[in-house]
Amino acid sequence: MSETTIPAMADRTQQRNWLPLAAIWLVLITVPIWLPYVGGYNALASRVLVFGLAAMGLNLLLGFTGTMSFGHAAYFGLGAYGAGFVLRYWIHSTPLAMLAAILLGTAAGALFGALMAKRTGIYFAMLTIAFAQICYYVAYSWNSVTGGYDGLRGFQRAPLHFGPYIVNIRDNGVLFYYFVLAVFAICTGLMAMLLRSPLGRSFIAIRENPRRTRFLGIPVERHVWISFTISAFFTSVAGGLYALLNNFADPTALFYVISGNIVIMAVMGGMRSFWGPLIGAAVFVTLQDYISSMTVNWMSFIGMIFVAVVLFFPRGLLGFIGRRRRA
Amino acid sequence: MSLLEVRSVTKAFGSLVAVNDVSLSVAPGELRAIIGPNGAGKTTFFNLITGFFPPTSGHILLDGKDITEVAAVDRVGMGMARTFQITEIFPELTVRENIRVAVESQAGLRLRPWINRRQTAEVDDKIDEMLVATRLTEQADRLVGELSHGDQRSAEIAMALALKPRILLLDEPTAGMGEQETFQVAGLIRRLHKHTGYTIVLIEHDMRVVFNLADRIMVLTEGTLLAEGTPDEIAANPAVQAAYLGTAE
Repeated sequence: MSETTIPAMADRTQQRNWLPLAAIWLVLITVPIWLPYVGGYNALASRVLVFGLAAMGLNLLLGFTGTMSFGHAAYFGLGAYGAGFVLRYWIHSTPLAMLAAILLGTAAGALFGALMAKRTGIYFAMLTIAFAQICYYVAYSWNSVTGGYDGLRGFQRAPLHFGPYIVNIRDNGVLFYYFVLAVFAICTGLMAMLLRSPLGRSFIAIRENPRRTRFLGIPVERHVWISFTISAFFTSVAGGLYALLNNFADPTALFYVISGNIVIMAVMGGMRSFWGPLIGAAVFVTLQDYISSMTVNWMSFIGMIFVAVVLFFPRGLLGFIGRRRRA
Repeated sequence: MSLLEVRSVTKAFGSLVAVNDVSLSVAPGELRAIIGPNGAGKTTFFNLITGFFPPTSGHILLDGKDITEVAAVDRVGMGMARTFQITEIFPELTVRENIRVAVESQAGLRLRPWINRRQTAEVDDKIDEMLVATRLTEQADRLVGELSHGDQRSAEIAMALALKPRILLLDEPTAGMGEQETFQVAGLIRRLHKHTGYTIVLIEHDMRVVFNLADRIMVLTEGTLLAEGTPDEIAANPAVQAAYLGTAE
Protein backbone atom coordinates (compact mmCIF):
# COMPACT_ATOMS: atom_id res chain seq x y z
CA MET A 1 0.00 0.00 0.00
CA SER A 2 2.58 2.51 1.09
CA GLU A 3 4.90 1.52 -1.78
CA THR A 4 2.25 2.53 -4.27
CA THR A 5 1.12 5.79 -2.70
CA ILE A 6 4.47 7.44 -2.01
CA PRO A 7 6.03 7.30 -5.51
CA ALA A 8 2.69 8.37 -6.96
CA MET A 9 2.74 11.48 -4.78
CA ALA A 10 6.37 12.25 -5.63
CA ASP A 11 5.57 12.00 -9.35
CA ARG A 12 2.73 14.39 -9.01
CA THR A 13 4.74 17.05 -7.20
CA GLN A 14 7.60 16.74 -9.68
CA GLN A 15 5.29 17.21 -12.63
CA ARG A 16 3.75 20.24 -11.02
CA ASN A 17 6.99 21.90 -10.03
CA TRP A 18 9.04 21.26 -13.13
CA LEU A 19 7.36 23.62 -15.59
CA PRO A 20 7.15 26.89 -13.60
CA LEU A 21 10.68 26.33 -12.32
CA ALA A 22 12.03 25.91 -15.85
CA ALA A 23 10.09 28.99 -16.95
CA ILE A 24 11.53 31.15 -14.16
CA TRP A 25 15.11 30.15 -14.90
CA LEU A 26 14.63 30.48 -18.66
CA VAL A 27 13.38 34.03 -18.18
CA LEU A 28 16.20 34.94 -15.79
CA ILE A 29 18.94 33.48 -18.01
CA THR A 30 17.68 35.18 -21.18
CA VAL A 31 17.15 38.61 -19.61
CA PRO A 32 20.08 40.38 -21.36
CA ILE A 33 18.77 39.16 -24.74
CA TRP A 34 15.20 40.47 -24.54
CA LEU A 35 15.50 43.24 -21.98
CA PRO A 36 16.56 46.04 -24.36
CA TYR A 37 13.49 45.34 -26.53
CA VAL A 38 11.13 46.05 -23.64
CA GLY A 39 12.95 49.22 -22.61
CA GLY A 40 14.93 47.76 -19.71
CA TYR A 41 18.63 47.88 -18.95
CA ASN A 42 21.06 45.52 -17.25
CA ALA A 43 21.41 47.40 -13.98
CA LEU A 44 17.62 47.31 -13.58
CA ALA A 45 17.60 43.54 -14.03
CA SER A 46 20.42 43.20 -11.50
CA ARG A 47 18.48 45.36 -9.07
CA VAL A 48 15.42 43.11 -9.43
CA LEU A 49 17.54 40.08 -8.50
CA VAL A 50 19.19 41.91 -5.59
CA PHE A 51 15.88 42.97 -4.06
CA GLY A 52 14.31 39.65 -5.01
CA LEU A 53 17.01 37.88 -3.00
CA ALA A 54 16.54 40.26 -0.07
CA ALA A 55 12.77 39.71 -0.12
CA MET A 56 13.14 35.93 -0.42
CA GLY A 57 15.57 36.03 2.50
CA LEU A 58 13.10 38.04 4.56
CA ASN A 59 10.35 35.66 3.51
CA LEU A 60 12.07 32.70 5.17
CA LEU A 61 11.17 34.52 8.35
CA LEU A 62 7.92 36.22 7.32
CA GLY A 63 6.22 33.59 5.18
CA PHE A 64 7.84 30.37 6.35
CA THR A 65 8.44 30.95 10.07
CA GLY A 66 5.52 33.33 10.64
CA THR A 67 7.70 35.90 12.40
CA MET A 68 7.58 39.58 11.46
CA SER A 69 10.64 41.69 10.82
CA PHE A 70 10.32 45.32 9.81
CA GLY A 71 14.05 45.88 10.19
CA HIS A 72 15.72 43.81 7.52
CA ALA A 73 17.34 46.94 6.12
CA ALA A 74 19.86 46.41 8.93
CA TYR A 75 21.22 43.23 7.35
CA PHE A 76 20.82 44.55 3.81
CA GLY A 77 22.69 47.76 4.67
CA LEU A 78 25.37 46.07 6.78
CA GLY A 79 25.95 43.70 3.85
CA ALA A 80 26.42 46.73 1.61
CA TYR A 81 28.82 48.40 4.03
CA GLY A 82 30.70 45.14 4.60
CA ALA A 83 31.40 44.82 0.89
CA GLY A 84 32.19 48.54 0.66
CA PHE A 85 34.69 48.47 3.54
CA VAL A 86 36.71 45.69 1.91
CA LEU A 87 36.82 47.35 -1.52
CA ARG A 88 37.37 50.85 -0.18
CA TYR A 89 39.91 50.22 2.60
CA TRP A 90 41.48 46.85 2.07
CA ILE A 91 41.64 44.90 -1.19
CA HIS A 92 40.16 44.88 -4.71
CA SER A 93 38.47 41.50 -4.44
CA THR A 94 34.81 40.86 -5.17
CA PRO A 95 34.73 37.45 -3.41
CA LEU A 96 36.27 38.91 -0.25
CA ALA A 97 33.86 41.84 -0.42
CA MET A 98 30.95 39.39 -0.55
CA LEU A 99 32.44 37.39 2.32
CA ALA A 100 32.69 40.54 4.45
CA ALA A 101 29.09 41.44 3.53
CA ILE A 102 27.91 38.02 4.71
CA LEU A 103 29.97 38.05 7.91
CA LEU A 104 28.88 41.54 8.97
CA GLY A 105 25.19 41.11 8.13
CA THR A 106 24.87 37.58 9.51
CA ALA A 107 26.76 38.35 12.72
CA ALA A 108 24.45 41.32 13.33
CA GLY A 109 21.43 39.13 12.57
CA ALA A 110 22.62 36.44 14.99
CA LEU A 111 23.30 39.00 17.72
CA PHE A 112 20.09 41.01 17.35
CA GLY A 113 18.11 37.80 16.89
CA ALA A 114 19.48 36.42 20.16
CA LEU A 115 18.49 39.61 21.97
CA MET A 116 14.95 39.47 20.54
CA ALA A 117 14.30 35.73 20.60
CA LYS A 118 12.24 35.73 23.81
CA ARG A 119 9.84 38.36 22.44
CA THR A 120 6.92 37.57 20.18
CA GLY A 121 4.47 39.37 17.92
CA ILE A 122 4.45 43.15 17.93
CA TYR A 123 7.27 43.41 20.52
CA PHE A 124 9.54 41.36 18.31
CA ALA A 125 8.59 43.47 15.28
CA MET A 126 9.23 46.75 17.13
CA LEU A 127 12.66 45.55 18.25
CA THR A 128 13.60 44.64 14.68
CA ILE A 129 12.89 48.25 13.66
CA ALA A 130 14.79 49.61 16.66
CA PHE A 131 17.94 47.62 15.91
CA ALA A 132 17.82 48.66 12.25
CA GLN A 133 17.51 52.33 13.21
CA ILE A 134 20.50 51.97 15.55
CA CYS A 135 22.54 50.70 12.60
CA TYR A 136 21.25 53.55 10.46
CA TYR A 137 22.29 56.24 12.93
CA VAL A 138 25.69 54.67 13.53
CA ALA A 139 26.35 54.68 9.77
CA TYR A 140 24.96 58.20 9.50
CA SER A 141 27.10 59.61 12.33
CA TRP A 142 30.38 57.74 12.02
CA ASN A 143 31.74 60.03 9.32
CA SER A 144 35.38 58.94 9.36
CA VAL A 145 34.58 55.30 8.61
CA THR A 146 31.24 55.20 6.83
CA GLY A 147 31.33 58.53 5.03
CA GLY A 148 28.28 59.63 6.98
CA TYR A 149 25.38 61.07 5.02
CA ASP A 150 27.25 60.94 1.72
CA GLY A 151 27.94 57.26 2.17
CA LEU A 152 30.96 55.17 1.38
CA ARG A 153 32.24 56.08 -2.08
CA GLY A 154 35.35 55.86 -4.14
CA PHE A 155 35.41 52.12 -4.72
CA GLN A 156 34.55 49.88 -7.64
CA ARG A 157 33.69 46.21 -7.81
CA ALA A 158 36.71 44.18 -8.90
CA PRO A 159 36.84 41.82 -11.91
CA LEU A 160 36.69 38.11 -11.08
CA HIS A 161 39.82 36.01 -11.55
CA PHE A 162 39.57 32.33 -12.35
CA GLY A 163 43.22 31.32 -12.79
CA PRO A 164 44.32 32.91 -16.05
CA TYR A 165 40.76 33.93 -16.98
CA ILE A 166 39.41 37.31 -16.02
CA VAL A 167 35.70 37.97 -16.01
CA ASN A 168 35.32 41.70 -16.12
CA ILE A 169 32.15 42.27 -14.13
CA ARG A 170 33.37 45.78 -13.40
CA ASP A 171 32.91 47.24 -16.86
CA ASN A 172 30.52 44.78 -18.46
CA GLY A 173 26.94 45.10 -17.20
CA VAL A 174 25.83 41.82 -18.78
CA LEU A 175 28.62 39.88 -17.09
CA PHE A 176 27.79 41.56 -13.80
CA TYR A 177 24.15 40.54 -14.24
CA TYR A 178 25.24 36.93 -14.69
CA PHE A 179 27.44 37.20 -11.60
CA VAL A 180 24.42 38.39 -9.61
CA LEU A 181 22.31 35.63 -11.15
CA ALA A 182 24.90 32.99 -10.17
CA VAL A 183 24.90 34.20 -6.55
CA PHE A 184 21.09 34.35 -6.65
CA ALA A 185 20.95 30.77 -7.98
CA ILE A 186 23.21 29.46 -5.22
CA CYS A 187 21.18 31.24 -2.55
CA THR A 188 17.78 30.12 -3.83
CA GLY A 189 19.14 26.57 -4.18
CA LEU A 190 20.19 26.66 -0.53
CA MET A 191 16.79 28.06 0.48
CA ALA A 192 14.93 25.34 -1.41
CA MET A 193 17.10 22.68 0.23
CA LEU A 194 16.52 24.21 3.65
CA LEU A 195 12.75 24.25 3.23
CA ARG A 196 12.76 20.55 2.32
CA SER A 197 14.81 19.68 5.40
CA PRO A 198 13.74 18.88 8.96
CA LEU A 199 15.02 22.29 10.09
CA GLY A 200 12.98 24.07 7.41
CA ARG A 201 9.91 22.05 8.31
CA SER A 202 10.33 23.06 11.95
CA PHE A 203 10.11 26.71 10.79
CA ILE A 204 6.86 26.00 8.93
CA ALA A 205 5.58 24.16 11.99
CA ILE A 206 6.27 27.25 14.13
CA ARG A 207 4.37 29.38 11.61
CA GLU A 208 1.41 27.02 11.74
CA ASN A 209 1.25 26.50 15.51
CA PRO A 210 4.05 27.46 17.95
CA ARG A 211 2.40 25.73 20.91
CA ARG A 212 2.03 22.44 19.09
CA THR A 213 5.62 22.75 17.86
CA ARG A 214 6.92 23.22 21.41
CA PHE A 215 5.01 20.16 22.57
CA LEU A 216 6.58 18.14 19.78
CA GLY A 217 9.91 18.76 21.50
CA ILE A 218 11.12 21.60 19.28
CA PRO A 219 12.52 24.59 21.21
CA VAL A 220 10.61 27.37 19.45
CA GLU A 221 12.72 30.39 20.52
CA ARG A 222 15.94 28.73 19.41
CA HIS A 223 14.48 27.80 16.03
CA VAL A 224 13.10 31.31 15.49
CA TRP A 225 16.58 32.64 16.25
CA ILE A 226 18.13 30.23 13.73
CA SER A 227 15.55 31.25 11.13
CA PHE A 228 16.24 34.91 11.84
CA THR A 229 19.98 34.41 11.41
CA ILE A 230 19.58 32.47 8.17
CA SER A 231 17.20 35.15 6.92
CA ALA A 232 19.75 37.85 7.79
CA PHE A 233 22.40 35.81 5.97
CA PHE A 234 20.51 35.85 2.66
CA THR A 235 19.54 39.49 3.05
CA SER A 236 23.17 40.44 3.71
CA VAL A 237 24.22 38.63 0.52
CA ALA A 238 21.71 40.82 -1.31
CA GLY A 239 23.13 43.89 0.46
CA GLY A 240 26.67 43.00 -0.64
CA LEU A 241 25.48 42.67 -4.23
CA TYR A 242 23.71 46.03 -3.89
CA ALA A 243 27.00 47.75 -2.98
CA LEU A 244 28.72 46.08 -5.93
CA LEU A 245 25.88 47.12 -8.23
CA ASN A 246 25.98 50.79 -7.21
CA ASN A 247 29.68 51.06 -6.37
CA PHE A 248 28.73 52.82 -3.19
CA ALA A 249 27.07 52.14 0.16
CA ASP A 250 25.08 54.83 1.89
CA PRO A 251 22.89 55.07 5.01
CA THR A 252 19.63 54.85 3.03
CA ALA A 253 20.40 51.14 2.53
CA LEU A 254 19.94 50.83 6.32
CA PHE A 255 16.88 53.08 6.53
CA TYR A 256 13.49 51.73 7.58
CA VAL A 257 12.07 52.63 4.16
CA ILE A 258 14.15 49.79 2.70
CA SER A 259 12.82 47.43 5.40
CA GLY A 260 9.30 48.41 4.42
CA ASN A 261 9.99 48.05 0.71
CA ILE A 262 11.30 44.52 1.21
CA VAL A 263 8.21 43.58 3.23
CA ILE A 264 5.96 45.05 0.51
CA MET A 265 7.77 43.01 -2.15
CA ALA A 266 7.35 39.79 -0.17
CA VAL A 267 3.69 40.41 0.65
CA MET A 268 2.80 41.66 -2.83
CA GLY A 269 4.43 38.68 -4.50
CA GLY A 270 3.03 36.10 -2.09
CA MET A 271 4.47 35.20 1.30
CA ARG A 272 3.40 31.59 1.13
CA SER A 273 5.04 30.88 -2.20
CA PHE A 274 8.73 30.32 -2.69
CA TRP A 275 9.12 32.58 -5.75
CA GLY A 276 6.49 35.13 -4.74
CA PRO A 277 8.93 37.68 -3.28
CA LEU A 278 10.96 37.65 -6.51
CA ILE A 279 7.82 38.47 -8.51
CA GLY A 280 7.00 41.16 -5.94
CA ALA A 281 10.50 42.61 -6.29
CA ALA A 282 10.27 42.56 -10.10
CA VAL A 283 6.97 44.46 -10.02
CA PHE A 284 8.15 46.90 -7.36
CA VAL A 285 11.57 47.70 -8.82
CA THR A 286 10.28 48.01 -12.39
CA LEU A 287 7.39 50.24 -11.40
CA GLN A 288 9.68 52.33 -9.21
CA ASP A 289 12.06 52.81 -12.12
CA TYR A 290 9.30 53.58 -14.62
CA ILE A 291 7.07 55.81 -12.48
CA SER A 292 9.90 57.70 -10.77
CA SER A 293 11.05 58.89 -14.20
CA MET A 294 7.67 60.65 -14.52
CA THR A 295 6.88 61.81 -10.99
CA VAL A 296 8.58 62.10 -7.64
CA ASN A 297 5.38 60.73 -6.12
CA TRP A 298 6.11 57.21 -7.38
CA MET A 299 5.54 55.75 -3.91
CA SER A 300 1.85 56.72 -3.90
CA PHE A 301 1.33 54.72 -7.11
CA ILE A 302 3.13 51.72 -5.71
CA GLY A 303 1.07 52.14 -2.55
CA MET A 304 -2.16 52.00 -4.55
CA ILE A 305 -1.01 48.90 -6.41
CA PHE A 306 -0.01 47.31 -3.12
CA VAL A 307 -3.44 48.00 -1.63
CA ALA A 308 -5.11 46.55 -4.73
CA VAL A 309 -3.01 43.40 -4.55
CA VAL A 310 -3.71 42.91 -0.84
CA LEU A 311 -7.45 43.42 -1.42
CA PHE A 312 -7.85 41.28 -4.52
CA PHE A 313 -5.04 38.73 -4.10
CA PRO A 314 -4.69 38.35 -0.32
CA ARG A 315 -2.15 35.61 -0.88
CA GLY A 316 -0.07 37.75 -3.22
CA LEU A 317 0.42 37.68 -6.97
CA LEU A 318 1.76 34.13 -6.85
CA GLY A 319 -0.54 33.09 -4.03
CA PHE A 320 -3.13 31.47 -6.24
CA ILE A 321 -0.56 28.89 -7.35
CA GLY A 322 -0.02 27.84 -3.75
CA ARG A 323 -3.78 27.61 -3.44
CA ARG A 324 -4.04 25.27 -6.40
CA ARG A 325 -1.31 23.02 -5.06
CA ARG A 326 -3.29 22.46 -1.90
CA ALA A 327 -6.61 21.87 -3.59
CA MET B 1 7.28 1.60 40.70
CA SER B 2 5.06 4.25 39.28
CA LEU B 3 5.90 5.81 35.94
CA LEU B 4 4.43 9.21 36.76
CA GLU B 5 4.27 10.51 40.27
CA VAL B 6 2.86 13.87 41.29
CA ARG B 7 3.59 14.80 44.89
CA SER B 8 1.17 17.29 46.41
CA VAL B 9 1.36 20.00 43.76
CA THR B 10 -0.30 23.37 44.24
CA LYS B 11 -0.81 26.05 41.63
CA ALA B 12 -1.97 29.51 42.61
CA PHE B 13 -2.73 32.31 40.16
CA GLY B 14 -2.59 35.28 42.50
CA SER B 15 -5.16 34.58 45.20
CA LEU B 16 -6.92 31.90 43.14
CA VAL B 17 -5.71 28.42 44.02
CA ALA B 18 -6.47 26.39 40.89
CA VAL B 19 -4.87 23.16 42.09
CA ASN B 20 -4.52 22.56 45.81
CA ASP B 21 -2.21 19.86 47.17
CA VAL B 22 -3.06 17.14 44.62
CA SER B 23 -1.07 13.92 44.32
CA LEU B 24 -1.21 11.23 41.66
CA SER B 25 0.62 8.01 40.93
CA VAL B 26 0.31 6.26 37.57
CA ALA B 27 1.68 2.74 37.07
CA PRO B 28 3.23 1.66 33.74
CA GLY B 29 0.55 0.43 31.32
CA GLU B 30 -2.25 2.06 33.30
CA LEU B 31 -5.07 4.13 31.84
CA ARG B 32 -5.97 6.83 34.31
CA ALA B 33 -8.92 9.15 33.90
CA ILE B 34 -9.27 12.54 35.58
CA ILE B 35 -12.84 13.76 35.93
CA GLY B 36 -14.53 16.63 37.67
CA PRO B 37 -16.91 19.52 37.06
CA ASN B 38 -15.93 22.56 34.98
CA GLY B 39 -13.36 24.69 36.72
CA ALA B 40 -12.15 21.83 38.92
CA GLY B 41 -8.54 22.43 37.84
CA LYS B 42 -8.16 19.40 35.58
CA THR B 43 -6.46 21.20 32.70
CA THR B 44 -4.31 23.22 35.12
CA PHE B 45 -3.23 19.93 36.69
CA PHE B 46 -2.35 18.64 33.19
CA ASN B 47 -0.42 21.79 32.42
CA LEU B 48 1.64 21.28 35.59
CA ILE B 49 2.44 17.69 34.63
CA THR B 50 3.52 18.65 31.09
CA GLY B 51 5.43 21.73 32.19
CA PHE B 52 3.24 24.33 30.51
CA PHE B 53 3.85 26.35 33.66
CA PRO B 54 5.64 25.51 36.94
CA PRO B 55 3.80 24.55 40.15
CA THR B 56 3.73 26.96 43.10
CA SER B 57 4.81 24.05 45.28
CA GLY B 58 5.13 20.29 45.04
CA HIS B 59 7.09 17.88 42.85
CA ILE B 60 6.59 15.92 39.64
CA LEU B 61 8.56 12.74 39.01
CA LEU B 62 8.83 10.77 35.79
CA ASP B 63 10.20 7.29 36.32
CA GLY B 64 11.62 8.31 39.69
CA LYS B 65 13.40 11.38 38.31
CA ASP B 66 12.35 14.82 39.56
CA ILE B 67 11.30 16.83 36.50
CA THR B 68 9.65 19.75 38.31
CA GLU B 69 12.23 22.19 36.96
CA VAL B 70 12.50 20.64 33.47
CA ALA B 71 11.12 22.82 30.64
CA ALA B 72 8.09 21.56 28.72
CA VAL B 73 10.06 21.13 25.50
CA ASP B 74 12.58 18.87 27.27
CA ARG B 75 9.89 16.79 28.96
CA VAL B 76 8.83 15.73 25.46
CA GLY B 77 12.27 14.25 24.91
CA MET B 78 11.94 12.39 28.24
CA GLY B 79 8.84 10.62 26.95
CA MET B 80 5.90 12.88 27.73
CA ALA B 81 3.47 13.62 24.91
CA ARG B 82 0.19 15.48 25.13
CA THR B 83 -2.84 16.59 23.17
CA PHE B 84 -4.92 19.66 23.92
CA GLN B 85 -8.54 20.31 24.75
CA ILE B 86 -8.85 22.41 21.62
CA THR B 87 -7.04 20.42 18.93
CA GLU B 88 -3.57 21.82 18.27
CA ILE B 89 -2.40 20.86 14.78
CA PHE B 90 -0.75 22.43 11.74
CA PRO B 91 -3.96 23.18 9.80
CA GLU B 92 -2.40 24.14 6.45
CA LEU B 93 -0.20 21.06 6.25
CA THR B 94 -1.29 17.58 5.22
CA VAL B 95 -1.76 14.78 7.74
CA ARG B 96 1.49 13.26 6.53
CA GLU B 97 3.40 16.53 6.95
CA ASN B 98 1.94 17.02 10.42
CA ILE B 99 3.18 13.63 11.52
CA ARG B 100 6.51 14.17 9.72
CA VAL B 101 7.38 17.11 11.98
CA ALA B 102 6.81 14.92 15.04
CA VAL B 103 8.74 11.95 13.64
CA GLU B 104 11.74 14.10 12.67
CA SER B 105 11.76 15.79 16.05
CA GLN B 106 11.71 12.41 17.79
CA ALA B 107 14.50 11.10 15.54
CA GLY B 108 16.70 14.01 16.65
CA LEU B 109 16.75 15.51 13.14
CA ARG B 110 15.10 18.82 14.07
CA LEU B 111 18.25 20.93 13.60
CA ARG B 112 19.30 19.27 10.35
CA PRO B 113 19.31 21.55 7.30
CA TRP B 114 19.52 18.54 4.98
CA ILE B 115 18.33 14.95 5.03
CA ASN B 116 19.58 11.93 3.10
CA ARG B 117 17.56 9.30 1.28
CA ARG B 118 17.94 6.61 3.91
CA GLN B 119 16.75 8.90 6.68
CA THR B 120 13.86 10.10 4.52
CA ALA B 121 12.84 6.48 3.93
CA GLU B 122 13.00 5.72 7.65
CA VAL B 123 10.91 8.78 8.44
CA ASP B 124 8.37 7.80 5.74
CA ASP B 125 8.09 4.31 7.23
CA LYS B 126 7.46 5.71 10.68
CA ILE B 127 4.78 8.05 9.30
CA ASP B 128 3.03 5.15 7.57
CA GLU B 129 3.13 3.20 10.82
CA MET B 130 1.43 6.08 12.66
CA LEU B 131 -1.14 6.46 9.88
CA VAL B 132 -2.05 2.79 10.16
CA ALA B 133 -2.20 2.91 13.96
CA THR B 134 -4.63 5.83 13.87
CA ARG B 135 -6.47 4.65 10.70
CA LEU B 136 -5.68 7.83 8.77
CA THR B 137 -3.94 6.24 5.78
CA GLU B 138 -6.69 7.28 3.36
CA GLN B 139 -6.60 10.90 4.54
CA ALA B 140 -2.79 11.06 4.57
CA ASP B 141 -2.43 13.65 1.81
CA ARG B 142 -5.33 15.88 2.77
CA LEU B 143 -4.90 19.09 4.73
CA VAL B 144 -5.51 18.48 8.41
CA GLY B 145 -7.60 21.65 8.58
CA GLU B 146 -10.09 20.11 6.15
CA LEU B 147 -10.67 16.90 8.12
CA SER B 148 -13.57 16.08 10.42
CA HIS B 149 -13.16 16.87 14.11
CA GLY B 150 -12.66 13.19 14.93
CA ASP B 151 -10.00 12.73 12.26
CA GLN B 152 -8.23 15.92 13.39
CA ARG B 153 -8.12 14.49 16.90
CA SER B 154 -6.77 11.21 15.53
CA ALA B 155 -4.09 13.16 13.66
CA GLU B 156 -3.14 14.98 16.85
CA ILE B 157 -2.89 11.66 18.66
CA ALA B 158 -0.80 10.28 15.76
CA MET B 159 1.65 13.17 16.24
CA ALA B 160 1.83 12.45 19.95
CA LEU B 161 2.45 8.75 19.25
CA ALA B 162 5.20 9.61 16.76
CA LEU B 163 7.15 11.05 19.70
CA LYS B 164 7.42 7.47 21.07
CA PRO B 165 6.02 8.60 24.40
CA ARG B 166 6.34 6.60 27.60
CA ILE B 167 3.24 8.38 28.84
CA LEU B 168 0.46 9.91 26.78
CA LEU B 169 -1.62 12.76 28.23
CA LEU B 170 -4.93 13.46 26.47
CA ASP B 171 -6.92 16.54 27.47
CA GLU B 172 -10.60 15.86 26.72
CA PRO B 173 -10.02 13.84 23.56
CA THR B 174 -13.75 13.67 22.77
CA ALA B 175 -14.58 17.29 23.63
CA GLY B 176 -17.25 18.75 21.36
CA MET B 177 -17.76 15.52 19.40
CA GLY B 178 -20.92 13.76 18.31
CA GLU B 179 -21.75 10.09 18.96
CA GLN B 180 -19.95 8.71 15.95
CA GLU B 181 -16.74 10.68 16.50
CA THR B 182 -16.68 9.98 20.23
CA PHE B 183 -16.98 6.29 19.40
CA GLN B 184 -14.14 6.57 16.87
CA VAL B 185 -11.73 8.35 19.25
CA ALA B 186 -12.65 6.18 22.26
CA GLY B 187 -11.97 3.12 20.07
CA LEU B 188 -8.56 4.50 19.14
CA ILE B 189 -7.66 5.12 22.79
CA ARG B 190 -8.83 1.63 23.72
CA ARG B 191 -6.66 0.05 21.01
CA LEU B 192 -3.63 2.09 22.08
CA HIS B 193 -4.11 1.05 25.67
CA LYS B 194 -5.14 -2.59 25.33
CA HIS B 195 -3.16 -3.66 22.26
CA THR B 196 -0.10 -1.43 22.33
CA GLY B 197 0.12 -1.06 26.10
CA TYR B 198 0.52 2.70 26.27
CA THR B 199 0.37 4.40 29.64
CA ILE B 200 -2.35 7.02 29.27
CA VAL B 201 -3.69 9.81 31.46
CA LEU B 202 -6.83 11.45 30.15
CA ILE B 203 -9.23 14.16 31.16
CA GLU B 204 -12.73 13.33 30.01
CA HIS B 205 -16.26 14.61 30.35
CA ASP B 206 -18.07 11.73 28.69
CA MET B 207 -18.77 9.32 31.56
CA ARG B 208 -19.43 6.35 29.27
CA VAL B 209 -15.95 6.78 27.83
CA VAL B 210 -14.39 7.13 31.29
CA PHE B 211 -16.09 4.13 32.86
CA ASN B 212 -15.46 1.95 29.81
CA LEU B 213 -11.79 2.75 29.38
CA ALA B 214 -10.19 3.70 32.68
CA ASP B 215 -8.34 1.37 35.01
CA ARG B 216 -8.49 3.99 37.74
CA ILE B 217 -10.22 7.34 38.08
CA MET B 218 -9.36 10.46 40.06
CA VAL B 219 -12.01 13.07 40.78
CA LEU B 220 -11.12 16.74 41.22
CA THR B 221 -13.44 19.43 42.58
CA GLU B 222 -12.47 23.03 43.15
CA GLY B 223 -8.80 22.20 42.78
CA THR B 224 -8.73 19.45 45.38
CA LEU B 225 -8.75 15.66 45.16
CA LEU B 226 -12.23 14.41 45.99
CA ALA B 227 -11.80 10.68 45.39
CA GLU B 228 -9.57 8.17 43.68
CA GLY B 229 -10.13 4.52 42.81
CA THR B 230 -11.38 1.96 40.32
CA PRO B 231 -14.46 2.82 38.23
CA ASP B 232 -16.64 0.67 40.53
CA GLU B 233 -15.34 2.39 43.65
CA ILE B 234 -15.86 5.83 42.13
CA ALA B 235 -19.41 4.98 41.00
CA ALA B 236 -20.25 3.86 44.54
CA ASN B 237 -18.56 6.80 46.28
CA PRO B 238 -21.16 9.01 48.04
CA ALA B 239 -18.99 12.14 47.85
CA VAL B 240 -18.66 11.77 44.07
CA GLN B 241 -22.37 11.17 43.70
CA ALA B 242 -23.03 14.29 45.71
CA ALA B 243 -20.64 16.35 43.61
CA TYR B 244 -22.08 15.13 40.33
CA LEU B 245 -25.74 14.58 41.10
CA GLY B 246 -26.32 16.92 43.98
CA THR B 247 -27.21 15.71 47.47
CA ALA B 248 -30.68 14.40 48.29
CA GLU B 249 -31.20 16.88 51.12
